[in-house]
Amino acid sequence: MTDASADPFAAYDSGPYFCELAADRPGDTGAVAHVRRAITAIGLDQLRARAAAAENDLINLGITFTVYSEATAIDRILPFDCIPRILTAGEWRTLEAGVKQRVAALNAFLHDIYHDRKIVKDNVIPADLVFGNANYRPEMEQFPVRFGTYVHICGIDIVRDDAGEFRVLEDNARTPSGVSYVVENRQLMLRAFPDLMAGMRLRPVDDYGRRLREALTEIAPEGVDEPQVVLLSPGIYNSAYFEHVFLAREMGVPLVEGADLFVEDDRVWMRTTGGNWPVHTIYRRIGDDFLDPTVFRPDSLLGVPGIIGAWRKGNVALANAVGTGVADDKAIYAYMPRIIRYYLSEDAILPNVETYICREKDGLDYTLANLDKLVTKPVGESGGYGITIGPRASKEELEKARTSIVKDPSNWISQPMISLSVAPTLTDSGLRPRHLDLRPFAVTGRDTWVLPGGLTRVAMKEGSLIVNSSQGGGSKDTWVLAEG
Amino acid sequence: MPRETPLLARYAESLFWLARYLERVENVARLIDVTQTFESPGREAESWYSLIRINADEDGFAKSGLTPDAMQVKRYYLLDRDNPNSVPAAMEAARTNARTLRPVISTEMWMQLNMFHRELLSVQDYELEGDRLSRLCGRIKMGVQEHTGITEGTFFRDQGYFFYMLGRLIERADQVTRLLDIRYHLLVPVGDEQRRVAELTQWGGVLRGAAGYHAFRRVAPPDFKPADVVAFLLTNRAFPRSVLLCVGQMEWHLTQLRATYGLRGTVPALERVEEIRAALLDRPVDKVIADGLHDFIDALQRDLILLGAEIGTAFFRDWRPLADKPDAAGGQSQTQVQRG
Repeated sequence: MTDASADPFAAYDSGPYFCELAADRPGDTGAVAHVRRAITAIGLDQLRARAAAAENDLINLGITFTVYSEATAIDRILPFDCIPRILTAGEWRTLEAGVKQRVAALNAFLHDIYHDRKIVKDNVIPADLVFGNANYRPEMEQFPVRFGTYVHICGIDIVRDDAGEFRVLEDNARTPSGVSYVVENRQLMLRAFPDLMAGMRLRPVDDYGRRLREALTEIAPEGVDEPQVVLLSPGIYNSAYFEHVFLAREMGVPLVEGADLFVEDDRVWMRTTGGNWPVHTIYRRIGDDFLDPTVFRPDSLLGVPGIIGAWRKGNVALANAVGTGVADDKAIYAYMPRIIRYYLSEDAILPNVETYICREKDGLDYTLANLDKLVTKPVGESGGYGITIGPRASKEELEKARTSIVKDPSNWISQPMISLSVAPTLTDSGLRPRHLDLRPFAVTGRDTWVLPGGLTRVAMKEGSLIVNSSQGGGSKDTWVLAEG
Repeated sequence: MPRETPLLARYAESLFWLARYLERVENVARLIDVTQTFESPGREAESWYSLIRINADEDGFAKSGLTPDAMQVKRYYLLDRDNPNSVPAAMEAARTNARTLRPVISTEMWMQLNMFHRELLSVQDYELEGDRLSRLCGRIKMGVQEHTGITEGTFFRDQGYFFYMLGRLIERADQVTRLLDIRYHLLVPVGDEQRRVAELTQWGGVLRGAAGYHAFRRVAPPDFKPADVVAFLLTNRAFPRSVLLCVGQMEWHLTQLRATYGLRGTVPALERVEEIRAALLDRPVDKVIADGLHDFIDALQRDLILLGAEIGTAFFRDWRPLADKPDAAGGQSQTQVQRG
C-alpha cells in the first residue's frame, strides 16, 4: 500500500535529462507548480485508479490500433499516461514558427524537384539522392498542385536535448498518424482529471477537424461550388482505422474504401444509394504505391483504378500529393537545414539532430568507426524498425548493424545518441522519469495552421528511447499554455 | 444548409446487416429459451434437435461432428463461432459491421456494441446449464434491447436509419416464423384432454418466447385454440413481432426512402411487400393450418429472402445476386467480400 498523503514527487529524480515538469521550468509562470500540487493532492492511489478507469474507457470506446503478428490481430489501446506534458506559450511560439518554416521548405523543395530542379543544378543536393529515391514519382513532373502545396498534412517529430533545446528528429510528409490521440487524450483528461485541469488556461485542440476540412476544401479543383471531400481508408483491418473514423467524423465527411469509388471520364465518383456522386478532394490514408493499380502496384486492391488519371486532369485533389515521400526520407532529412536556407533564406528555427550520411564516404567511415556511440537507422523504414542504439547494443547487435550498413551503405544514416527529455510518468513504482518526444501536426491548404501542442509519445519502459506505438510507446496529453 | 450528401451504398448495406444480426442474436436467445421450456423428461434431445431443424442447420450441425443432445445443441448456438447462425457468430458479424459504420453510428451505440460483443464472446460452458441458461438468454435479450434503446435515442435519422430498420424488420419477421415452426416440429396428433392442455401450455411458451403472452391474453378468447396463437403471431396488427405488423413497417420505411430521398429503386421491394401482405391475408388461418402451416411458413421465409434481395440489388455495393437456390441460406447472411 502506498500512503495516499505522501508526496508522489518525493522519489522522482530526472537525472541528467531535461525534465518537462521540473519545478524550475524556464518560462513557466506557475502552471508547473499548479500541476505538481494538484497531482500531489490527488495522490498516487487515486491517480492509479483513475488512470485504470480511463484506459478501460479507451477499450470500451474502441480507441485502439491493431497490431498484426504472423497469425493474429490484436486491438490495443495506446497506453495513456495521465501526467500531462506542458509547453509554455513561449516554447510554443518557437515550435509553431519552426514547424511552419519546415512545411514551407518541404513544399518549396517538392515543387522545385518536380519542376525546375534548381536545388540539384545548384549542387545543394546530389541528384541521385532525389531522382534515385524510390519515393520520387516521375508522374509528378511538371504537374501543378494548388497553392504549391504538396504536403497538406505534416507531422514533425521533435525531441529535446539536455539543455531543453528542441531538435527535429524526422519529418513525416506522407500520411502521418496520431492526431486522433491528441484530441481523444484531451477528452479523456477532461473526463477523468477535471481537478488537474481546473484553473488552467490551455490552447484548445478540438479545432483540428474544422481546419482540416477547410484546407481540403481550399485545394479542391477550381470552379467547384461545394466540393465533396472524402477520406479514403484501407478499411477496418488497417492499424490506424480508428484515426480514419475519427477524422471523417470530425470533418463530417464520408469515410470511403477504394471500392466505394470509381473513375469514369477522368472523374471520381462514389457509389451511393441514390446513384453516383462526384468527389472532389480525397484525403487518402493509403500510400502512393496502393493508390492506383493502373499506375503503381497492379496487385493493389485498396486503391481506385484511374484515380491518378483523374487527378492529372485536375478533376480531383489528393492530400497529400503523390510523391511527397522523397522529401521526408531520412537521407534528405540530413539536408533540411540547407534546404530551408536555400528556399527561404532563413536559418532553421528548429535545428536538426546531427546526421551522418553513409552514402557519403566520410559519413560511412565515421559511422563504422563509431558504431558503439551512434544510433543507426535505415532510411526507408518507419515505425522505429531496424534502429540500433549503439551505446546500448550488444556486440552481436553491433555486428549485425555493421553487416547491414556495409552491404547497402546508401540505405543508412547515423546520428549521435541524443538524450530525449523526460517527464514524470505513472509506473508501478510511482512517478518515474520516462523519455518522450513531440509530433506537432500542420495543416496546409492556402496557408499553414499548426494544431497547438501535438502528440506527446512516451517510452513507457525505463530508459527506453523508442516511443513508437508499435513498440510499446504510450502517450500523454500535451498542454500548450495560453498566452499572457 | 449545404446540400445533403447521399448515403454511401456500403453504409446502407452495413446498417441493414447490423440490425439483422442483432435481431438474430436476440431471437436465437428467444428460441433457446422457449426450447428449454419445451424440454420434457425423456425427450430432451428431440426438443433440442428441433432447433437445428427450424434453422435448417442439419448439414452444418452434422459436419461439426456433434451429436444431437441437449448440451451439444446449446453449445452449437451459444458458443460455436463457426456456426454462422450462432449467437457469437451473429454478434461478431454485427460488430464487424458496426466497425465499418463508426463514422455514422453514435459513439454510444458503438460503445455498447463493443462491450456487449466482449460479453457474448466470453460466455462459458457452465452458463448453458440449469437455471443459468435462462439467465444467459435474458442477458442476451437485454443486451440487444439496450442497443435498440440507444439507437432509438441517439441514431441520426437520415436515410441510413431506414435501411437499418428494414434489416431489423425482415429478420424479426423471419424469426417469428421460425418460432412458430418450433411448435410445428413438435406437433402431436389431436389427443385426449390432458394432451390438449399440454399442447396449450406449449403454445403459451411460444407466445412467451415472442414476448407476446400477455398481449395475446388480452385479445384472445379465454378458451383459445392453437389457431388463435398462429393468427396472433402472423397477422395481429398491434403486436410488434407479428409478421403483418413487421411487413406494414417495412412498407412504411421503404416509402420514406422513396418519398423523402427519391430512391426509386424501392419499387420492386414495395411490390414484394404487397405480395407478402396478400399471402398473409389471403386465407383464414384455419385454412392455412389445414393446408399445412409448415409449407406456408417456408414460403413466407422465401419471400422475405427475396425482399432482402430486392433491396440489396437496388442499393448495396457488395450485394451479389442470389445463387440459383433462393431457399438456400444465401439471403440470410451478408456477402463477405475479401479485400486486401
